[in-house]
Amino acid sequence: MANNGTNLQTQEVEKQEVEVAEGTERTRSGKAYIPRADIYETDNELVIVADMPGVDENSLDITLEKNVLSIRGYVESLAPENYSLAYAEYEMGDYERNFTLSNDIDKDNIAAKVKNGVLHVHLPKAGPAKARKITVQAA
Amino acid sequence: MFRQPFGLYRTSNPWREFERMRREMDRVFNEFNRGGRLSAAPSFPAMNAWRNEEGVVITAELPGVNPEEIDISVVGDTLTLTGSRQLEDLGENVKYHRRERGYGKFTRTFQLPFAVEADKVGATFEKGVLQILLPRAEAEKPRKISVKSAA
Repeated sequence: MANNGTNLQTQEVEKQEVEVAEGTERTRSGKAYIPRADIYETDNELVIVADMPGVDENSLDITLEKNVLSIRGYVESLAPENYSLAYAEYEMGDYERNFTLSNDIDKDNIAAKVKNGVLHVHLPKAGPAKARKITVQAA
Repeated sequence: MFRQPFGLYRTSNPWREFERMRREMDRVFNEFNRGGRLSAAPSFPAMNAWRNEEGVVITAELPGVNPEEIDISVVGDTLTLTGSRQLEDLGENVKYHRRERGYGKFTRTFQLPFAVEADKVGATFEKGVLQILLPRAEAEKPRKISVKSAA
């Protein structure tokens, strides 16, 4: 593959917080972050890969409204019991990100899976509109 | 009506005091926003450390890393974490629209506040989050010294 992506060691570690529209507030306490994502396209589908550590299949909410695919992941605090935080490089929080889909996605067959804190959303391309043959019947 | 708003600082420039306070607040908030006790820009993976008298728990976010490829070693009071995240083999005819996730090897060394019972170090990996439990070496645990009365 031509593009080898960024190196982990040089990747920015800091999480990017979700910007909340002016005049609105988040209903859940705590912060929300934009998950880092890759998007690639094959012949048959478009795939979104998002890093969401702390999220599993039960804490994910993926919705499609009109053309907007919303991904939300809720992270329960994984703080070890009876320990107090002594040093912190990252903060835990929920994840939120929206993607606008083009019209040529087969919206009924979107599939998602999550493993080791990485979400994969498969967006199949709608097949080429089949040429419909119209038979002419003799009157 | 508004003659003496900064009565306390009558002699000096009140704005200078304001400026000092603002700088102090900025400093406090900046530190807070960085997650508290952050010294330098962290490298991958970002780590949090939790502690009590018994030991330390280190957590790190490693999404997409195969737990079998995580290597944890402890020597004395130094923890070394190495591993890698593999690039998915997608075959030919793949076009990337966006690439924000990093790949490759990583190594991090972490200095613990005390020596560790190396045999009892345990680790779990769940939902892309690694948690390492590092019990404090018995010899290094704080000892309670009882005071006897001389009577």
